[in-house]
Amino acid sequence: MIHFVVHSPEDSTGVAVVENILAGQVLTGWVMDTDETITITVRDIIPIGHKLALTDIAEGDTVIKYGHDIGRAVAPIKRGEHLHVHNVKTKRW
Amino acid sequence: MSLPNFWGYRRENGRVGVRNHVIILPVDDLSNAASEAVAHNIKGTLALPHPYGRLQFGADLELHFRTLIGTGSNPNVAAVIVIGIEPGWTQRVVDGIAATGKPVQGFSIELNGDINTIAAASRVAKEYLQWASELQRTEHPISELWVSTKCGESDTTSGCGANPTVGNAFDKLYEQGNTLLFGETSEITGAEHLVAQRARTPEIGEAFLKTWNAYNDFILANKTDDLSESQPTKGNIIGGLTTIEEKALGNIQKIGKKCLVDGVLEPAETPTGKGLWFMDSSSAAAEMVTLAAAAGFAVHLFPTGQGNVIGNPILPVIKLTANPRTVRTMGEHIDLDVSGLLQREVNLDQAGDALLDITIRTANGRLTAAEALGHREFVLTKLYRSA
Repeated sequence: MIHFVVHSPEDSTGVAVVENILAGQVLTGWVMDTDETITITVRDIIPIGHKLALTDIAEGDTVIKYGHDIGRAVAPIKRGEHLHVHNVKTKRW
Repeated sequence: MSLPNFWGYRRENGRVGVRNHVIILPVDDLSNAASEAVAHNIKGTLALPHPYGRLQFGADLELHFRTLIGTGSNPNVAAVIVIGIEPGWTQRVVDGIAATGKPVQGFSIELNGDINTIAAASRVAKEYLQWASELQRTEHPISELWVSTKCGESDTTSGCGANPTVGNAFDKLYEQGNTLLFGETSEITGAEHLVAQRARTPEIGEAFLKTWNAYNDFILANKTDDLSESQPTKGNIIGGLTTIEEKALGNIQKIGKKCLVDGVLEPAETPTGKGLWFMDSSSAAAEMVTLAAAAGFAVHLFPTGQGNVIGNPILPVIKLTANPRTVRTMGEHIDLDVSGLLQREVNLDQAGDALLDITIRTANGRLTAAEALGHREFVLTKLYRSA
């Protein structure tokens, strides 16, 4: 089963694509651009459609998805943690 | 690769429609009641009530006329009854639609009252409806089908699955010489450089960036916060989208990998040739789809994540999603389930082909989920306050 998908190998975040992901679970991810699979231990509950960090991200760092800039971390984020509006903000508005 | 033909209605101006509506079109808010009464009298006609059309001026008024005339001119419409409070603006809409050659007649309420107007308009509407009911579908190459796209209540599965499926279908239609449309100006923010790079010429790229900059400047001038909960919407955020940049990068998956941007349109403006066109437009679903219908598009592809339920009175809106929870909880709104993409059960090429298959079936007459459920959102874009 694919638990999360990643667009591009340089992405720092992936998207949960199944329901009921629980903290501590070992997840299988599919990197679509390279058609590879990766595994990661998730630290939080991740609702379907929400993102987890694939690397440790420092406050102020740019978050990468689709191989592009999707905003900046406003708090440190550890690999496997839930990555969303509580720790990432737009650089645009 | 060749795609199947479709069966549609060849209109007087050469365009091909996939529906055969006789519409009762109010020029203004005051004429909604009479328009709805005519549609009630003559079964099978369709009234398009809306809240505007009085004291508008300048570019906003021009957009109002362009949208009404474009809606009446759409090839999915066989004939039109126009009803307005006074004869001047009513005639302007009639004349605009009459340029297509299709049957159209206007009625004004002043000096007649609602009841006489309704009676006179109903008699003509009945003639139009019976005439239209005898028109037959004929076979046409797929390239004659104008296809628009806009996504809604997006979530992260939109960017992973449903939007790339539209992109795959768009790449295949582009190769056939179809006329295609995308828009949602504010929702390109974070990916504007990538769209500009896809322009066929540097001039088209500059025109796109000029349009995007103007919309972005408008947002920067009027915003009171970072637009979180507006763009991305509250629903987007619940679905897992975090920033406008992330939403935009998902959004532009809809224009595929091969299509070039062949031109930039004003809201509700009709393309002058084949290819992929960008329309300056709101990212609100009903507004953008109404503008696409007014520009003459015959079928609309609408990827959703969390489950936007939109339809349009004259433009069939085909919904697809890659979110298995949305399929489970809102399945009656979904025409195509592509959630298998995210489990590697199907590949993007197969998902794109499935979307083209249901698009052609819809063109041939299959009712969409939105049509079956009676979704007829007709929402005019208003640029600023009336006088």
